[in-house]
Amino acid sequence: MRPLIMEEVEALRGVNSVKIKEAHEAGKKVVGMYCVFSPSEIALAADAISVTLCGTTQGPIEDAEKELPRNLCPLIKSSYGFAITDKCPYFYFSDILLAETTCDGKKKMYELMGKIKPMHIMNLPQTADDEDSLELWKKEMVKFKNFLEEKLGVEITDDKLRDAIKLMNRERDAMKRLHKLNAHKPAPLSGMDMMLAQWLKGFNVDKEAGINLIERLIDEVEERMEKGIYAFDEKAPRILLTGCPIGSGSEKVLKALEEAGASVVALENCTGYKGLDVMVDENKDPITALAEKYLSTPCSCMTNNNGRLELIGRLAKEYDVDGVVDLTWQACHTYNIESFTVKKFVQEELNLPFIQIETDYSDSDTGQVKVRVEAFLETIEKPVMAN
Amino acid sequence: MHYIGIDIGSTAAKVSVFSDDKLIENFTMPTGWSSVETSKTIKERLEKQNIKIEDSKVVATGYGRISVPYADKTITEITCHGRGTHYLLGADCTVIDIGGQDTKIITLENGKVSNFTMNDKCAAGTGRFLELMANTLGVSIDELGEMALLGEDVNITSMCTVFAESEVISLIGSGTKRESIARGIVNSITGRVYALLHKHGATDTIFLTGGLCEVKPFVTLLSEKLQNEVKTNDLARYAGSIGAALLAKNI
Repeated sequence: MRPLIMEEVEALRGVNSVKIKEAHEAGKKVVGMYCVFSPSEIALAADAISVTLCGTTQGPIEDAEKELPRNLCPLIKSSYGFAITDKCPYFYFSDILLAETTCDGKKKMYELMGKIKPMHIMNLPQTADDEDSLELWKKEMVKFKNFLEEKLGVEITDDKLRDAIKLMNRERDAMKRLHKLNAHKPAPLSGMDMMLAQWLKGFNVDKEAGINLIERLIDEVEERMEKGIYAFDEKAPRILLTGCPIGSGSEKVLKALEEAGASVVALENCTGYKGLDVMVDENKDPITALAEKYLSTPCSCMTNNNGRLELIGRLAKEYDVDGVVDLTWQACHTYNIESFTVKKFVQEELNLPFIQIETDYSDSDTGQVKVRVEAFLETIEKPVMAN
Repeated sequence: MHYIGIDIGSTAAKVSVFSDDKLIENFTMPTGWSSVETSKTIKERLEKQNIKIEDSKVVATGYGRISVPYADKTITEITCHGRGTHYLLGADCTVIDIGGQDTKIITLENGKVSNFTMNDKCAAGTGRFLELMANTLGVSIDELGEMALLGEDVNITSMCTVFAESEVISLIGSGTKRESIARGIVNSITGRVYALLHKHGATDTIFLTGGLCEVKPFVTLLSEKLQNEVKTNDLARYAGSIGAALLAKNI
């Protein structure tokens, strides 16, 4: 039995698509974003709504392939497909799109998408390890701020930025507390519910209401923990899922893991814990603080990306995991190549079982994914393997 | 007490039976169009030999594992191949299982699977690839293997089975010797296995399971490619079903 409030969380999907329409009709401006590098705070400080855009389902990929190569990651194709078919209400009601130069596939796709709606592109540095990178990224923050001020005819003051930073930090804090509940053994929330709660918060039109809902969910889960109600029993292997982002429609590996009896306790990906780990410093100059926070994102588009290994190591200990699963979307070169490094780190430094699963959003390899996942769990589960 | 392992793969179903600690029976049959029908036939055949399913423990594995209604448990072919290979070889090793649908590399440590790699959802580098190419040349897989030994190295570079078939047809058209085309086909598989094995990390001892272990020239050419004598065994194609039967003892 899942927490009752999960039904409300799940209902956000319908609620938010209505709310975005109402807000748009009431004259609110909407800034649609894709990536965890996007500073929502600046959009909020412009009194706009900041939402995540759709890109996690197979549906619109066929349409995207009319213009994009087939051998491209499903996330890019899905995002573009949603954009050209008007099937994503958040895209439809967006006044401005915020894009970022993460991987090659995304930045070239954005050139095409930018013809559909006004788009601002933030140029990410390719490394976070360098003083110059931070300076560049600060300038990019200012450019985005100026762009919004001009497009929306507003002034984004430091005070407004500070308020937005506080609001987003509160949201991060709530999500982080929710995530950390699963450090408990056994885990009180399934990985599927954790993913849904985190993914759906991206579409929240009303941030305050969203924070309140997550806090109520935490309360309910804590009550259940006191009563000894958990999502899985003590014996379920505890898995840390890392790699490419996932959302509703692209949860097949997470689902396969839990259907095979594993408890996915930690989601170290951009749709999971990654963006929650570091807060924005509320005492610094807001632009510097935002630049520092977002540049600290341990994404595979950065080189080097040692921060990801550090975070995996930390979460593996904190959540006491039995194995690490690295999900790569097909044709995602950065995550795919980095998987070799992650494998070595997990096996040799953490001494934990590791598997990489490369797949796409389609159902074409459901059987193979199931075999890989089940066999991986069999290598972890001691009773099955005992002679 | 009988312990029965049933490995229903995409091409063939393999069955192994232990009577307590003794391996008393191994047989194989084509999977055919329905795994459910195949599992019924298996049951009938076992019962004719007075092996009663109700008095036995049964583990099913392979892609058809969910279609064996009388199985007490299903376990993936990775774990079963690992267990079965350890029984056959009596030592740790790296297992190469070239199956009909996919190729797997499995590392055994202390008799248990510690790590494994599977090819992606593509037929290149699998037994199915060899079967399709043999059909294109109009020979059996065994004949293809024998021909390959006599041929010269030819490159078949397509990563996709369908395109590789076009490449083979072009080679036939250009008058390349059939033996060399056969060699090229085998090279294409051994090359894929080579890359998969080394990315995975190989141990000194390599053991081949799956139907191709019975094609001697293939084993020879694979050993050449890997620069390491690939071990195999008369019962190696039953590694999965033997492993499943052994795991049935734990139920």
